[in-house]
Amino acid sequence: MDPMEAIKQTYFQECDELLLAMEEGLIAIEAGEADGETINAVFRAVHSIKGGGGAFGFEALVAFAHIFETVLDHLRSGKLSPSGAVIKVLLRAGDVLSDHVGAARDRRALGDEHDADIKAELAALSGEEAGSDEAAPADFEGLDFTPTCIVVDEPAAQSGWKIVFRPHAALYAKANEPYLLVRELAQLGPTAVEADLTALPALDAIEPDQAYFSWTVTLTSDVAREKVEEVFDFVVGDCDLTIEPLSPAPVAVPVTAAEEFPSIAAGPVQPQEKKDAPAAHDAAKQTIRVDLDKVDRLVNLVGELVITQAMLSQRVLECRIPRASSIGDGLSELEHLLRELQESVMAIRTQPVKSVFQRMPRLVRELAAQTNKKVRLVVEGEATEVDKTVIERLGEPLTHMIRNAVDHGLETPEERAAAGKPEEGTVTLSAEHRGGRIVIEVSDDGRGIDRPRVREKAVERGLVSPAAQLSDDEVDNLIFMPGFSTASQVSNISGRGVGMDVVRRNIVDLGGRISIGSDPKQGSKFSLTLPLTLAVLDGMVVAVGDQTFVLPLAHIVESLKPRKQDVRAFGREGNLLNVRGAYVPLVDTAELLGARRAANQDGGVVILVESQGTGRLALMVDAILGQHQVVIKSFEGNYRHIDGIAAATILGDGRVALILDVDGLVASCRNRLATAETLATGT
Amino acid sequence: MGKIILTVDDSKTMRDMLKLALSADGHIVIQADDGVNGVEALRHAGDVDVIITDINMPRMDGFGFIDQVRRDPGRRATPILVLTTETEPAKKQRARDAGATGWIVKPFDPAKLLAAVRRVSP
Amino acid sequence: MDDKAILGADARRQFITFHSGEQEFGADIMVIREIRGWTPTTPLPHSPDYVLGVINLRGVVLPVVDLNARLGRARTEANPKHVIVVVRTGERTIGLLVDAVSDILTVRAADIQPTPELARDEQSEFIEGIAVLDSRMVTILSMERLTASLVATQTALAA
Repeated sequence: MDPMEAIKQTYFQECDELLLAMEEGLIAIEAGEADGETINAVFRAVHSIKGGGGAFGFEALVAFAHIFETVLDHLRSGKLSPSGAVIKVLLRAGDVLSDHVGAARDRRALGDEHDADIKAELAALSGEEAGSDEAAPADFEGLDFTPTCIVVDEPAAQSGWKIVFRPHAALYAKANEPYLLVRELAQLGPTAVEADLTALPALDAIEPDQAYFSWTVTLTSDVAREKVEEVFDFVVGDCDLTIEPLSPAPVAVPVTAAEEFPSIAAGPVQPQEKKDAPAAHDAAKQTIRVDLDKVDRLVNLVGELVITQAMLSQRVLECRIPRASSIGDGLSELEHLLRELQESVMAIRTQPVKSVFQRMPRLVRELAAQTNKKVRLVVEGEATEVDKTVIERLGEPLTHMIRNAVDHGLETPEERAAAGKPEEGTVTLSAEHRGGRIVIEVSDDGRGIDRPRVREKAVERGLVSPAAQLSDDEVDNLIFMPGFSTASQVSNISGRGVGMDVVRRNIVDLGGRISIGSDPKQGSKFSLTLPLTLAVLDGMVVAVGDQTFVLPLAHIVESLKPRKQDVRAFGREGNLLNVRGAYVPLVDTAELLGARRAANQDGGVVILVESQGTGRLALMVDAILGQHQVVIKSFEGNYRHIDGIAAATILGDGRVALILDVDGLVASCRNRLATAETLATGT
Repeated sequence: MGKIILTVDDSKTMRDMLKLALSADGHIVIQADDGVNGVEALRHAGDVDVIITDINMPRMDGFGFIDQVRRDPGRRATPILVLTTETEPAKKQRARDAGATGWIVKPFDPAKLLAAVRRVSP
Repeated sequence: MDDKAILGADARRQFITFHSGEQEFGADIMVIREIRGWTPTTPLPHSPDYVLGVINLRGVVLPVVDLNARLGRARTEANPKHVIVVVRTGERTIGLLVDAVSDILTVRAADIQPTPELARDEQSEFIEGIAVLDSRMVTILSMERLTASLVATQTALAA
């Protein structure tokens, strides 16, 4: 990659982090939880976004960030107080800045109308005219402005300059070096240098910190005065300097610090508090940024190691070496250490859910504005950690659930007032670890699910029969049925053509489940449970014919030995299994997956699996071989997707075993059964 | 001759850009992401020919950093360039007061950056 | 290979040649990762019969294709004397089951002839050309097309 392109990628990545830090800071200020450093951090975030943006020529972004930054600077200096109204404007400005970053990333232009209003509001806060973008450093030359230098009536062609330069001690104190300046002058043209040593005292009186020399440089070149002045740019104020034209000259213009820094002459510099004792207090955790590929390689290697260890253990067992031997002890110690190693490596990939949760306040603000509702978002447990792969795929379902809560769950302020509730509705987003999984809940204190309406709709759409006896819970869960919400009835906000069935599908794809609970008039609560990682899976290893498969433990309800009288033929070739009064489709896994059938037909085991949303299935297998944590290996990079197969893993003996996709299997079997039913009952 | 240059900036973008521009001219670049780590880097670095530092940084800002550097007698003669934006003339002056040798205006032009380095270092 | 276009007639390419069925094939040496002995595969359900299944190649789950069957001819009854040629093109890695690896061949680009129009059959879509050397005739296979066809089958099935 072009190095600039790579840096640009870094920049956008950094922008994402900075934008989050900025929002977090603003929210903390709003909540009154901020300290002095908070506003500094917010300022720095915007400043850094602006700085990088300038380097890439994102002019609109830079112009906007500049206005934004000016207001933050006022806030920082105390000129502006952080009232609720001010913070609201700043939060919106943050959103717009984020839009600017997004536009720059997508290489598209953001229309002026997009930020005109907020620019005006910001300008009002900073007491500046809107549209004074000229102040923004949008030029990329980095031209230093030197207001005194524009001497219009100067002769065009000079034969040269006489430069008299007497450094002060301060010049040396700042590590400037007259010799380098003279050398740089020589770059401009032929020079004659005269050193004036008259100020040099007797040797024993020399103080090393003092400056005793001065130089007169005659530069024979027609370079512009600015070029000469530029050489002394860093030392102006720390020396006496006169630059005179060699030829009959106009007036020499002494350049002084006051002229160089007009703002200083205009008013005293705002003394900024120096942060003392900077290091020790900030026990900020040391972090390093690591390429995810490197971590993944490590995860893979440890996975291999675990497999190799399992293989080794198996070989040792085959050699009939007793467990209670030094080799056995060594092996179990190895296994123990490897498990610990694996957990530590997995922990590297984990991140707090904060990174997704932090996107939600903006969403809620926008939704509140669009729906004219008053919404407070309460976020809990954002430090809860989960694998990065899970985090990455959490954003979309969460967004949907929050949209749903604000749009469908919460009532309008008027309705709420009428119902005796506070006008402001509350949406709570929380995360916690529970039993080796992460549980994320989105709840609202709105109107709850309108069960009669949901039922009516489901009947309308042919999802349930009008006569069906459904518990409250079952009614609530109808909203996850494919086809429940359709484009015609979803609102602009929740909809976008995607229903809760897609949310459920996303969650199920992650190996998770979703459920909803609701109290009429009190609100609803969506609960997601997800595995902590997508890299390993707790599985049940089963034998089917001459093959071995892995079933995800999360989907297994129970295993049982079926009795003959519990199996009932159904349709042409289907079977149903009676599990304590409920009939579940029974399938021969060998047949389903084209495995060679085992010699003895009887003595199989049935594993009852459940797919959320599509129901249960009884899978006939030959034997259960054990439960293991297996490393998930996708083969879809090298091959196509196979229906009913989720991924592969490598077993202790080094062979590949396929991991079954329970949801896919249940869906396809139920479809087949439905076809069989039509065939059996139809015509 | 390539020089050893310490760059201190909390923005990785800026650090990367500095490194790109400086290493194109044969300089060796050491990086730190704030003043505290800049001081730490100097403690381990041995000879550093030029220091380039940002001003707005967490934990220890550029002024604090320059102050710390200048307290070390061995670093008094090390040129320090601050990164500043056009709109901050006051910052330049404060940086000079703190002991900065010169400045580089952000967003920087690589040629000017290299010229500034040449101006302060033999 | 991309750089083919800029190679003159004198440019040389290297091929690994192997036998499958009665024929000798060649594959560009750049795409061959390794050659290993046959190990039993784990069958993949709902897959064409030329896909023998997957094996564990140091932690990578590698699909193995019976080359002879893929080219529309008889299936190979695999045994430990057979060889798996591991091929990597782009991001995809697959194994090809062949009878035996024979040779490394250096061929002038000019000596590779296009497939005769008349001889179109199931294998021609994977043939890049024919290298004729003295008495030998080596069919040069396009590994890119072969690996791509494995993934593309999905859409073919779905359609």
